[in-house]
Amino acid sequence: MRAGLSSLSLAIARGFFRDRTALFFTVLFPLMFLVLFGGIFKDQTASRSEVVQIGPVSLLDDIRPAARAQVDEVLKVDRIDDRAAALERVRKGEVDAAVEEEPGGRIVLHYSAADAVKAGTVRGLFNSLVQSGNLTRAGVTSPAYRLETAQVEDESLKTIQYITPGLLGWAVATGAMFGAALTLVTWRQKKLLRRLRLSPVGVSTIAGARVLVSIVIALVQTAIFIGVASVPYFGLKLSAYWWMAIPLIIVGTLSFLSLGLLAGSFSKTPEAATAIANLIVLPMAFLSGAFFPLEGAPPWLQTISRFLPLRHLVDGMQAVMVRGQGPGDVLPQLGILLGFAVVVSAIAIALFRWEDA
Amino acid sequence: MPATISVTDLHKSYGDIHAVDGVSFEVDEGEFLGILGPNGAGKTTTLEIVEGLRRADSGQVRVLGESPWPRNTRLLPRIGVQLQASSFFERLTAREQINTFASLYGVPAKRADQMLETVGLVEKATTRTENLSGGQAQRLSIACALVHDPDVVFLDEPTSGLDPQGRRNLWDLLRDINRQGRTVVLTTHYLDEAEALCDRVAIMDLGKILEIGPPASLVRGLDAPTRISVETGAASEEEARSLFPDAEVSDDGVSLTIATRSPAAVLSELAERNALHGLSVKGATLEDVFLNLTGREYRA
Repeated sequence: MRAGLSSLSLAIARGFFRDRTALFFTVLFPLMFLVLFGGIFKDQTASRSEVVQIGPVSLLDDIRPAARAQVDEVLKVDRIDDRAAALERVRKGEVDAAVEEEPGGRIVLHYSAADAVKAGTVRGLFNSLVQSGNLTRAGVTSPAYRLETAQVEDESLKTIQYITPGLLGWAVATGAMFGAALTLVTWRQKKLLRRLRLSPVGVSTIAGARVLVSIVIALVQTAIFIGVASVPYFGLKLSAYWWMAIPLIIVGTLSFLSLGLLAGSFSKTPEAATAIANLIVLPMAFLSGAFFPLEGAPPWLQTISRFLPLRHLVDGMQAVMVRGQGPGDVLPQLGILLGFAVVVSAIAIALFRWEDA
Repeated sequence: MPATISVTDLHKSYGDIHAVDGVSFEVDEGEFLGILGPNGAGKTTTLEIVEGLRRADSGQVRVLGESPWPRNTRLLPRIGVQLQASSFFERLTAREQINTFASLYGVPAKRADQMLETVGLVEKATTRTENLSGGQAQRLSIACALVHDPDVVFLDEPTSGLDPQGRRNLWDLLRDINRQGRTVVLTTHYLDEAEALCDRVAIMDLGKILEIGPPASLVRGLDAPTRISVETGAASEEEARSLFPDAEVSDDGVSLTIATRSPAAVLSELAERNALHGLSVKGATLEDVFLNLTGREYRA
């Protein structure tokens, strides 16, 4: 029944895309988190120290134009000649420090201990400025030691790199779980399942249509997420094998569909199905590292998370989308997700009822 | 020729409750059968077994020569089942709804549009089913049951919840469906509906068929009195009693009612006395048949 499959799929898809609430919770809501987290933590890794300069400070004023650009990358300097006003701004935390020069080459840095990290950064910064100033005065052009730093991007992912696969995984899980649970429960409640049972199409066609639509929805979610996260403002950089996320998303969708079917088997009303699906999806998202890294979590929690399909989807997607790992590296995740889908579907099929008893 | 539907000694229990307790009946091709009874009489369970939705504990069912259980895909395209008016896909328009059902049976969309016309919903084709009135939704669900041109149509309480106007409209539609040569089986708890539509009526109570036959002969066979009413004052109660000693006479201050088994004699006597003001004559109804069969008032 090819015609049956396509017309049922079309009916389900139309029902979904016309449902504003469902669209909001499966697409817009997770996207809001992406925009929110992506925006808030955007500058976290490259934050500049802000300093006000009181009166002339030769250490800053005399920096040669060539070195200026380098300094600007890490330091933003404003000049205020009113000393009291400058100190007040430091006290309020509006700037990280105020700097002034006293006679005899004494550079005084006023900082607030309220933010220890910023205070430490700005002190270190001025220490090195003073030292390089001294070297310049002494006529040293090629110092004996020089420190260069390099960030290992794949160990400490930039926020957007981390949250895109995580939030996408959460969005896909929500869409597939609620889709399966609500279709099962509302169709059973409205006796639509019974009506379909009286038509010549088989159960596999009905289930196939739901699976097909859910996969399409998941891929649409993926396209929107990657599209939004890749705009320069957020700056997501996909690695070479990002397309391996597609098979991951597909098997992930299958396992969340099976969970949704299970939730639907236990519910008589759409309200109950929504509650049960929420009870599964939200804790699973937290425990799977969809919202924040699990590295600091206690071992028992890590153990629990390994039983959750979302954990493996998020791990797999991070590996291929942003950590630059290859297709072979996510074979375990693919296998686990598929196995999960098979086992849970089997349970859900055993519990399946055409109608309320 | 074998009957279109034949049911023999059907039993179905849920725990201690005998929902269907030895039901047998036959329906011929083109016949309109009504299964009538109060809620809980077992009519819906009987229908569900015949449709193939439930398995009988014992007994035999044949529909168009086939067994409906287990799910019989040879039989399914030949029967049309109308469920409640809410059995629709969410957020689809009337036309999308019927097109979806049509394609499940491999029926082209053109035929679906025709069906929409038959039930008078063309101007509602682009309306979502959630926004249809009760009567419109009922008609659409009947259209969805008929879209694949089935030989046998099952309707489960098609007019419940409709206003009188909506019921009349639906009755016309159901008569048309039957007139096209389809066999129709309908359950109802409305006595007037069974009387108005059905060739034969099976009266069910407590899981059994008490009586089956054409509504008119069921009523006639009852030998129930005819109730003749005239305006109070047209004749006095005492007068009526002495004139018609066999009849039951009562006066509620509005009408004088004479319940008699020889209405002709009573009417001619009243006419002679020029006492026919506000005359109304009521024969027995299926309600009286039910009362007679069960000893209980009929409560839907």
